[in-house]
Amino acid sequence: MASILDDDPRIIEFDVRTDEMLVNMGPQHPSTHGVLRLVLRTDGEIVSEVEPHIGYLHRCAEKIGENLTARQWIPYTDRMDYLAAMNMNLGWSLAVEKLMKYEVSEKARHLRVLIAELGRIASHLVGMGAYGLDLGTFSPFLYAFREREKILDLFEEACGARLTYSYITVGGLTADLPPGWLQRCEAFLDQFEPVIKEYHALLTTNAIFVKRTANIGVMSREMAIDYGCSGPVLRGSGVDQDLRRDGEAIYTAMYDGYAFEVAVMKNGRYPRDHEYPPVPPDAVIGDCWHRFFVRMIEVVQSMDLVRQAIDRYSACKGTIGEPLKLTEKIPAGDAYLETECPKGQMGFYLVGDGTAIPWRARARSSSFSNLSVTADLCRGCLIADVPAIVGSLDIVMGEIDR
Amino acid sequence: MQVTRGPGFLDQLDAALPGAVTGRNLEALDPWIEVAPERIAEVCQWLKRSSPVRFDSLECITAVDWHEPDPKKAAKVSWQPRIELVYHLWSTSARVSLVLKCGLPRWKDDQPGRLPELPSVTGVWRGADWHEREVYDLSGVWFTGHPDLRRILCPEDWEGHPLRKDYVQPVEYHGIRNR
Repeated sequence: MASILDDDPRIIEFDVRTDEMLVNMGPQHPSTHGVLRLVLRTDGEIVSEVEPHIGYLHRCAEKIGENLTARQWIPYTDRMDYLAAMNMNLGWSLAVEKLMKYEVSEKARHLRVLIAELGRIASHLVGMGAYGLDLGTFSPFLYAFREREKILDLFEEACGARLTYSYITVGGLTADLPPGWLQRCEAFLDQFEPVIKEYHALLTTNAIFVKRTANIGVMSREMAIDYGCSGPVLRGSGVDQDLRRDGEAIYTAMYDGYAFEVAVMKNGRYPRDHEYPPVPPDAVIGDCWHRFFVRMIEVVQSMDLVRQAIDRYSACKGTIGEPLKLTEKIPAGDAYLETECPKGQMGFYLVGDGTAIPWRARARSSSFSNLSVTADLCRGCLIADVPAIVGSLDIVMGEIDR
Repeated sequence: MQVTRGPGFLDQLDAALPGAVTGRNLEALDPWIEVAPERIAEVCQWLKRSSPVRFDSLECITAVDWHEPDPKKAAKVSWQPRIELVYHLWSTSARVSLVLKCGLPRWKDDQPGRLPELPSVTGVWRGADWHEREVYDLSGVWFTGHPDLRRILCPEDWEGHPLRKDYVQPVEYHGIRNR
């Protein structure tokens, strides 16, 4: 006997088919690290397609750069990667210095290393804390920000700002360190070093954290290179590349004489791996866990570099010298320089035409390239894994949108 | 370190793809070679797959607009008005870089508004996708063969290409005054 329900087509539809659904993640989603919008095409819990939409923070910094002198653009580089503004300042300064064939004094060089590596620690702390937040654990974020505050205090003492420093500038730095700063920096390092064990206990070896990140979002070596990924994302995929060692002469000269090992897994081992917790058995090279772990190793590595820089800086006699004047003319020609920023390789390209204002200023953002992998990386994963994957790329929207 | 300083490299490229390299400057700060725009994808393919040094990573694509909007200053300039595309390549195995440059007319057939075209290199490096979209969005260059060429940073209905030297910002956008 035919039921009346047979006449109602809706019942069959609801009964049999699982509908595809478009889910908007962001631009105001807390786990998208700024104003990133991801459009997920989902079938139940499975994500079949992810499309990132960017540009919400776009202010065309490159156009602004064509209307300001090279040194006047420094504050705009601050606002690209605002979590590692020191490293952005350094990248642009070195690119301009490369075109001008200018060399800073020895003392300024060591001070730059010192500041840039402190900036790296601060950036990785946010990366780590916010990643914990993405995965639903709140306390690592507070621990990370507690230590980062101390670095910001040090930066504030040195240059007066806590986030957008404009401290490293074309031709040197805007000011030398105040008296007693080095002692306070050393005191911070002494206090910070044992604390890192806590982070490893909180996150790196945390069973839930490992479940959420190990073997998730696996990026092969080829894929990482093909997309132009860089920094911890590239090294997390097992590519042995760090511009502090492999970059151009003007940049590697800065780290001349500094001892450090690139944080990458070689022959199944990380450098100095006896100091860290062992790699969990589920983790495979190129997954979220490894990208995270590379950052954690780099924090320790940067601390080591800061200590070396303090020694060298204090051994230097004289002053750091004066930076170039604001209206210094840039020679005709072009120069491109990539530096190893905390998020990856940040490149600055500069075309000069003989005046003080660059004809073209270009910023090649590392997060931009790193984020472009998302669509490929998230295909076929669970919705809950999307924040885990995007978070592991450690992006900053200010730098992507520029 | 730049690979173009080494001998033999350019000769091999010339032998494999005759006529594709139209100029070179090996004395520059970043030595560069100039490539005929219609053959850019071929050259990139060779550099990635067949070259003695494999350029497996595309770092950046930049468009430089050589145009002086002020007629008084334009009379004095020494360069030809053009759009110059600059490709920065990197080899992760050899750790060397290479710069390719391509000169394009500012407008196709000299008709303002018609974007100049050149082949896309998305087939060579997948990372080129977003970089080409950005160049299209901000500098107004059309990449033929790009799978999904649309604006990336500006809204989709934005008018003009901001990094052109003669760009004029729209007075208003959806009722929002811009200037």
